[in-house]
Amino acid sequence: MTNGLYFTKDHEWIKVADGVGTVGISDFAQSQLGDVVFVELPEAGRVLKAGDAVAVVESVKAASDVYCPVSGEILSFNEELPNDPALINSDAESTAWFFTIKLSDPSELDGLMTPDAYKTFLEEHA
Amino acid sequence: MSDTGDQVEIRKTPLYDLHVRLGARMVPFAGYAMPVQYPAGILKEHAATRTGAGLFDVSHMGQAFLDGLDGRDVAATLEEILPGDLRGLTPGRQKYSLLMNDAGGIEDDLMVTRVVPELGDNRLYLVVNAGCKETDFPRIAAALEGKARLTRLEDRALLALQGPEAAAVLDRFAPGVAALEFMEAGVFTILGQSCYVSRSGYTGEDGFEISIPNSGAVALAEALLGEPEVEPIGLGARDSLRLEAGLCLYGHDLDPATSPVEAGLMWAIPKRRREEANFPGAARVLSELASGPSRRRVGLKPEGRIPAREGAEIVDADGQVIGLVTSGGFGPSVNGPIAMGYVAPAHVAVGTRVGLLVRGKAIPAEVVALPFVAPRYVRKAKI
Repeated sequence: MTNGLYFTKDHEWIKVADGVGTVGISDFAQSQLGDVVFVELPEAGRVLKAGDAVAVVESVKAASDVYCPVSGEILSFNEELPNDPALINSDAESTAWFFTIKLSDPSELDGLMTPDAYKTFLEEHA
Repeated sequence: MSDTGDQVEIRKTPLYDLHVRLGARMVPFAGYAMPVQYPAGILKEHAATRTGAGLFDVSHMGQAFLDGLDGRDVAATLEEILPGDLRGLTPGRQKYSLLMNDAGGIEDDLMVTRVVPELGDNRLYLVVNAGCKETDFPRIAAALEGKARLTRLEDRALLALQGPEAAAVLDRFAPGVAALEFMEAGVFTILGQSCYVSRSGYTGEDGFEISIPNSGAVALAEALLGEPEVEPIGLGARDSLRLEAGLCLYGHDLDPATSPVEAGLMWAIPKRRREEANFPGAARVLSELASGPSRRRVGLKPEGRIPAREGAEIVDADGQVIGLVTSGGFGPSVNGPIAMGYVAPAHVAVGTRVGLLVRGKAIPAEVVALPFVAPRYVRKAKI
């Protein structure tokens, strides 16, 4: 797992710099999904609350929702992903980021897990 | 992300430990812990089956012998409850058939083989779906009580070896097996075990199903996996392979309310049986044949990349619901989304434009001919 990320119990990650978060799904999540064949991303400008369903990942097997880890406004999305959804399988916690979001309440990060805490969470729950 | 898991009481096939050792992700399926995929992943497993040979554990399915009593021909007896031409089965020949209810719905689909003489005279070998076996077998036994005796084969595993290299691979272990034709079965000694081998399967590829004593199943699986052409394949790829092959999955594309006419399975009910009209549900079948069913199974090709899955509503140009997707997902060999579903008769023609509702939006799709991938069954043996 990559340092500097926060994780949710729903297996999203967020990395924050200057009040802007970059969001993706964890390596564990992609391994559970299997081969990703399609991803539906949010439009820029959407305003979301933490926990809102924001994107959809379609694997060969099933469609899975991705939830927004924090509240804020979507700034941009990763244009590479729709062309190459398999990137999520090969590099989930870095180049396969989904979208960026301007955080409206940075204190929400306190409720998320550090990489170590997430690792412990996976050992206990997965 | 969120995931949900069904908690059910779990049975294991004889290959359970092998699946785990191979790194399979195990999921509950029809009461069994089954491999949904191995580390290679569904796309690679699917491709391996289409280009080489895939090994599937289908030991969860129900196997049984059916013996005729008091001199009755067992196949003629089974025709009392199945609509196929079973009397016409010569020893070693196999047929796909349907277990139907009196209302003309499909309770299960199954394979019926008249066994070769060395396995017994007047005996059929049945393979039914895992999820239905606890009801199918008592149902058949009760319906034919006093006329035929059903014996479940709980001591046998079932492996499927599917793909263009399957015959070459299996022939190394069972010389002569490559001479079987599609839907033909025989008894072969493989690694010292007496195996019932049929040239059949459910992937659209050439291939075999191998019934082997539980005690020999792991050795056979390991031996086959030791061949360079063979990869282990889980339920995930099994589903995408059979969907591309346009084959129905019980509980999804077939159920107790769906008739063979609606499902497009009338090839399993030959002319003689239609004329005799003496099988369960015959009245509905004949009436639907005469005046048309109220819906039909069709192939669906969504435009773009978004898969439409089971349960997605099918709509017409005006947004009116005209049917339902019963199987849908991503077809790795097609390299795009594919689906099957049932639509009202006005929309069954190939080329009809429809919409598939996914997350509230209608994805444009077209009614297409099935299968999505041409089958490669071996009707005439090459050897």
